[in-house]
Amino acid sequence: MMRFLLLFSRQGKLRLQKWYTPLSEREKKKIIRDMTTMVLARQPRTCNFLHWKDLKIIYKRYASLYFCLGVESEENELLGLEVIHRYVELLDKYFGNVCELDIIFNFEKAYFILDEFLMSGEIQETSKQTINRCIENSDMLQEDYNNEWYEVELFG
Amino acid sequence: MSDVVEKTLTALPSLLSLDSQPGSAKLSSTSKLGALIRGITELTSKHEEEKLIQRELASLKDQVSSPNTSMRQMKEAMVRAIYCEMLGYEASFSYIHAIKLAQQGSILDKRVGYLAVTLFLNENHELLLLLVNTVLKPNVPQRYDTCNTPLVEEKLNHPKEIIRRKAVLALYKFYLIAPNQVQHIHNRFRKALCDKDPGVMFASLHIYLQMIKGYKDLTASFVTILKQVVSGKLPMDFNYHSVPAPWLQIQLLRILSILGKNDQSTSEIMYDVLDESLKRAEINHNITYAILYECVKCIYTIYPKTDLLEKAAKCIGNFVLSSKINLKYLGLKALTYVVQQDPKLALQHQMTIIECLDHPDVIIKRETLELLFRITNAQNITVIVEKMLEFLHQSKDDHTTIDLVGKVAEIAEKYPLQTMNTVFSLGGDMIQPDIPNSFLKLLSEGFESEEENKKLRLFAVDSYILLLEGETRNLPQRFLQVISWVLGEYSHLRNDLDPARVMTLLTKLLEMRQTSSETKTWVLMAMTKLCSGEASVSIARSVCEDLSSSMDTVQRQRAHELLLLSQDRALRSQLLPLCSDPEPLEVDSSLSFLDAFVSEALAAGAAPYKPPHQRQEELAQQKALSLEPYELSLPINMSSSCVTGRQSPTLMSVSSGLSGDSAELSHKGGSTTLKLEGVKRVWGREGYLSKKEPVEEVAQAEIPSPLSSPNQHTGASGTSSNTHPPIPTPEPEQEKQQLASSLFVGLGSQSSLCLVRADIYSTQDVPSHSVAVFQYSLSVIRPVVHFEVMGMLSYQSSHKSHEVEFTYKLPLTNFIRPFTVSTEQYGAMWLAFSNDTKQNLNLVTDGQDSLTDTLNVLKGKLNLHIVEIIGMEGIVACRLAQDQPCLLHCHIHAGTLAVWLRSPVPDLPDSLLYHCQRALEGT
Repeated sequence: MMRFLLLFSRQGKLRLQKWYTPLSEREKKKIIRDMTTMVLARQPRTCNFLHWKDLKIIYKRYASLYFCLGVESEENELLGLEVIHRYVELLDKYFGNVCELDIIFNFEKAYFILDEFLMSGEIQETSKQTINRCIENSDMLQEDYNNEWYEVELFG
Repeated sequence: MSDVVEKTLTALPSLLSLDSQPGSAKLSSTSKLGALIRGITELTSKHEEEKLIQRELASLKDQVSSPNTSMRQMKEAMVRAIYCEMLGYEASFSYIHAIKLAQQGSILDKRVGYLAVTLFLNENHELLLLLVNTVLKPNVPQRYDTCNTPLVEEKLNHPKEIIRRKAVLALYKFYLIAPNQVQHIHNRFRKALCDKDPGVMFASLHIYLQMIKGYKDLTASFVTILKQVVSGKLPMDFNYHSVPAPWLQIQLLRILSILGKNDQSTSEIMYDVLDESLKRAEINHNITYAILYECVKCIYTIYPKTDLLEKAAKCIGNFVLSSKINLKYLGLKALTYVVQQDPKLALQHQMTIIECLDHPDVIIKRETLELLFRITNAQNITVIVEKMLEFLHQSKDDHTTIDLVGKVAEIAEKYPLQTMNTVFSLGGDMIQPDIPNSFLKLLSEGFESEEENKKLRLFAVDSYILLLEGETRNLPQRFLQVISWVLGEYSHLRNDLDPARVMTLLTKLLEMRQTSSETKTWVLMAMTKLCSGEASVSIARSVCEDLSSSMDTVQRQRAHELLLLSQDRALRSQLLPLCSDPEPLEVDSSLSFLDAFVSEALAAGAAPYKPPHQRQEELAQQKALSLEPYELSLPINMSSSCVTGRQSPTLMSVSSGLSGDSAELSHKGGSTTLKLEGVKRVWGREGYLSKKEPVEEVAQAEIPSPLSSPNQHTGASGTSSNTHPPIPTPEPEQEKQQLASSLFVGLGSQSSLCLVRADIYSTQDVPSHSVAVFQYSLSVIRPVVHFEVMGMLSYQSSHKSHEVEFTYKLPLTNFIRPFTVSTEQYGAMWLAFSNDTKQNLNLVTDGQDSLTDTLNVLKGKLNLHIVEIIGMEGIVACRLAQDQPCLLHCHIHAGTLAVWLRSPVPDLPDSLLYHCQRALEGT
């Protein structure tokens, strides 16, 4: 089971956080601080896995952004890397050549995509097409929901 | 209303077929969020950022509490609040509004509201109850409470698969939080497992993984599902990089491994599908490796089947040997897992393991240690603990340190003495003083069982005696102290052990230059406990004589005690009873029993006591007395004694320094000064010493020298010469055939740093016109490239004495013997040896058999044993003496022969490498 997913920049600025187990603010802050320092200190050509307390940390860098996944120690590390990769693919498909700025300015979308993909720390839907369809549909809804008829229709 | 719920969940059906670009909501640069983010990026200091955010939060607060704010504006404000929180600023005022938004807004507003709620609130937040009570949409996934169970349950029957899927996952979460609450709906899970939508089935697997133990009957179903998945029966949607549903596969493999554990009949159902999984996972992609890894783990968890195990082991090989570091990591992990079943598997990959141990990436290193920890046994424990301690020294991370220390401690429980001995000899004098203390405490107080205690103590005594009989110079002082204490306290447990023998060993420690005076007092204390029996008493007496003039008062005191107690047996047994039960001692720290003495002394006019620091201060003020001149005078004495060549103990140290140099010089032809040194030493200043005086150098003969045939080779006696019957010879210089006087063989000098051990024998009369053959056994103590044997003949003819010196150069190869071992033995030894060296050498030939050819040349010239050649790698073994092996690992790399030598003997790999190089150059 996954415990958290963090996205942060090379400068250690947090871009997205998702927690799958309840933690206090202080614990979260500590994890964020530890993760950024640990991951950013890694040398090139080292493996993508770390240990942190009883958790396994799987991280990967895509351009200027680090994706850092905390999983329980019996999880499969390679699979964790693929979870990250699939999420990046999803972001890429949605934003089209995704970059860090896309995620900064539209972070709520990044959250929505993530929520379609993972649920309560487990994989919910792996299909790129399905997830993308969901997000696109809700986007369309946003564009349309100024239209009176639709709102009436929906709540009528 | 339920319609709304449904639409929220599915993020709406595609009933609006309006064409809209994905990502059309890109960079809303005009939005307030955009402005905020840009504002922040333009700032230069943290302080400015703080000011800006505080302003932002203030305006947000106004906005959300204003009744005129529309839901849409509210949604926008929430996004900004989330952003501020992500930057680390609290926006708690917005929490309640987030809930409100989740309750009241339109579908999209709700979504943002829920997002905000999940990010803002944690499990124990008081507002959560409000959320649960008012929200009627439990399937919006992230927050729930058990009171929602019926609602979620209802959704299990929903026509939309995505909702069923979410409902199952929600129930899974309930199960994790409170398993009892969902007990009554276990049959619902089974229904979910049989759902026509594979996604729902997959979701249900999460639950089954948690409570699988009770569902053995489902094994066949799981196997069928896996079979279908593996053979690609699922819709394309489930593929990931053309691998069918990898997440689902892995989940199933995990379930199967739990089901099949220790259960042969259940395991048998799975063999086929596991085999199939191994076969199918061929594509070279991370995700297939992930599946393979899980597969291998499963195969090693369930009831074993030979051919599957073999396939799995091969799989692990692919991981371990991979150049991709992530795969290597996983390979090590897999190995760690499987060696618990089959430790031999580690042997196959020992080279990689060794490489990983020195890997620059600490994570890899740590994983390797983890693996080594699993294969620890009595033989390799020393090396493994050494590596662990090495890692501990470098580790900065607390969690790692605690974990590793725990492991060292675990090993220490299994092999208490070996571990502690390693810790002592490695940690050396750096270790905290309380470690040896607590170790001694452990020994003396012991465990619960008396039998166990005795065994441990006996073992300690045995191993320490063995240690003292070997090389003691490199042992740390603290360890020597521990040894002395243990020997003093417990050697009486070993009945057949003569205390005099222990005394002799301890005396050796006293005579050692390196031994600190603190250690010496420990040794003396041990001797005091030991000296019973005549032989011991006489040893004690001679020790006391030596030390009674010691400069060190404490030593003098102890020596005096020893002398007195060794003579008064009754007093000794009263003071130092054997096997005393450690009764709590009462220590009178105020020394009140001396009060009378003090007052008497004071009354007699003695000066009152001053603490040391006060005395020091006063001394400094007076600028009186300096101890320096005394210390300076010592080295002068030393050098003078060296010049005169007297048999003073200091000569030993000076000449040993010289011979240390000679070891490096010897293959360059030696040095004349060295020879003189050696000659002087034995013959003395005025020529050779009396003929009747045998040189007392006892040595062990282990390897026959090239001069002698093996059957004539004698044992470890002082005189090992064999005189053959005289043989007439046609040699012209008959005078020289009258051999006389003594001959010695040695290298460098006879100091303690001697490289070769040889038997030295005394003078002998040989009849004239005859040949006497003297044979010596040489054994190597410290390997160098060449050994120089120097000797001198002195003989008398017509009342004139003659002396002839000779030297003879023996290459190391003369001492090398093939060493026949199996590959497994080789592997076990390789791990245990600590001295190594690597180099690339030239190949003898090019082409296919170049490795075999080259190794054969080495075999022929150097007398090595080729253990095995596999492909481009070959392993070779040889030895010096019985316990001095050297292992070579060769593999062809970029047209050269990369050789890696390992041996327990220092300098052996380097010296041997030199000869390998020469052997290959010569062809």
